[in-house]
Amino acid sequence: MALGRMMNAVAAVPPIPPFERFYLEQRDVVLGFLRRRLGANAAEDAFQETFLRALRAYPRLEHGEHLRAWVLTIAARLVIDTGRRARSLADELPELPVEDGRPVYAQLEHLADALPPTERAAVVLRYGYDLHYDDIATALGSSPEAARQAASSGIRRLRAGREIA
Amino acid sequence: MTVPADLDRRFRAAAAIAGLLDVGFDVVESPVGPLLMAATERGLCRISFNPDPERQLDRLAREYGPRVLRSSAAVEAAHRQLDEYFAGSRRGFELEFDLRASAPFAHRVLDELARVPFGETTTYGALANRVGAPRAARAVGTVMNRNPLPIVLPCHRVVGSNGSLTGYGGGLHVKEHLLRLEGVLL
Repeated sequence: MALGRMMNAVAAVPPIPPFERFYLEQRDVVLGFLRRRLGANAAEDAFQETFLRALRAYPRLEHGEHLRAWVLTIAARLVIDTGRRARSLADELPELPVEDGRPVYAQLEHLADALPPTERAAVVLRYGYDLHYDDIATALGSSPEAARQAASSGIRRLRAGREIA
Repeated sequence: MTVPADLDRRFRAAAAIAGLLDVGFDVVESPVGPLLMAATERGLCRISFNPDPERQLDRLAREYGPRVLRSSAAVEAAHRQLDEYFAGSRRGFELEFDLRASAPFAHRVLDELARVPFGETTTYGALANRVGAPRAARAVGTVMNRNPLPIVLPCHRVVGSNGSLTGYGGGLHVKEHLLRLEGVLL
């Protein structure tokens, strides 16, 4: 236990918590986010599905950093899926814009891979999932203003990288 | 925004039923106090007299994997059989066990321990004999002390060679309670 804590301190990366602890820490935020996006009824189904997806993906996590952003990303993707399903049923609106066959959020996740973690999360959540800065701030554990700054500095970095390339 | 109890319960049950947990656990009431019970896909892996999950979560995660979640569905069969045992309507348990966290010697001792019948006692020395290590009575005592599944693997039926109760992880009063329940003590 003490050795584990020492090694984590050296690596400066939080370990992956037991799922129970992760769930207790994130469940209220996830439900709040889903209710704002989907309304109270649809949010309950999406809540269960979000955490079932998190359980499926949990063994592939490499560290315990940014878990709130991670689970909100799962929830946000589910909101998009839910919206797409509803639209295709109603056959009203076109699909999300797709360039290389992948939806915007998937392309953006790939592009933003090289950014520092906070900027990457802010960029993907803002421009990939269209989250409001309030929600992104919750995800990052910071203020809306700090979230806005992280997103814009990430975008600047991406632009600079593209110019160099 | 607080998650309603009913929604919380449904997710926990769905997680266990979908087979997505490395370990499911619950805290259950019993005549000898609250018990933490935990099970993997392979079987029951822990009964603890210390029911505070915070004290158990990290160890369970280290031994069986990080997907540890409280879910009564995961330990339902074991819980029911334990209730029947305490009510006096069950003398043996029909459960699968997951003892992979125990070392090979402990595993052998626990296998032998499982054969000590309801209402009978044996000694540390006799148990050592039965695993082919007649001089290892003290090591057998250590295995009893660390028994991951007390009550179900009946370390309460193991007593000193002079008949004294010696010790018990859950406290001697629990050992007495169990032996009285089984008619060994009056």
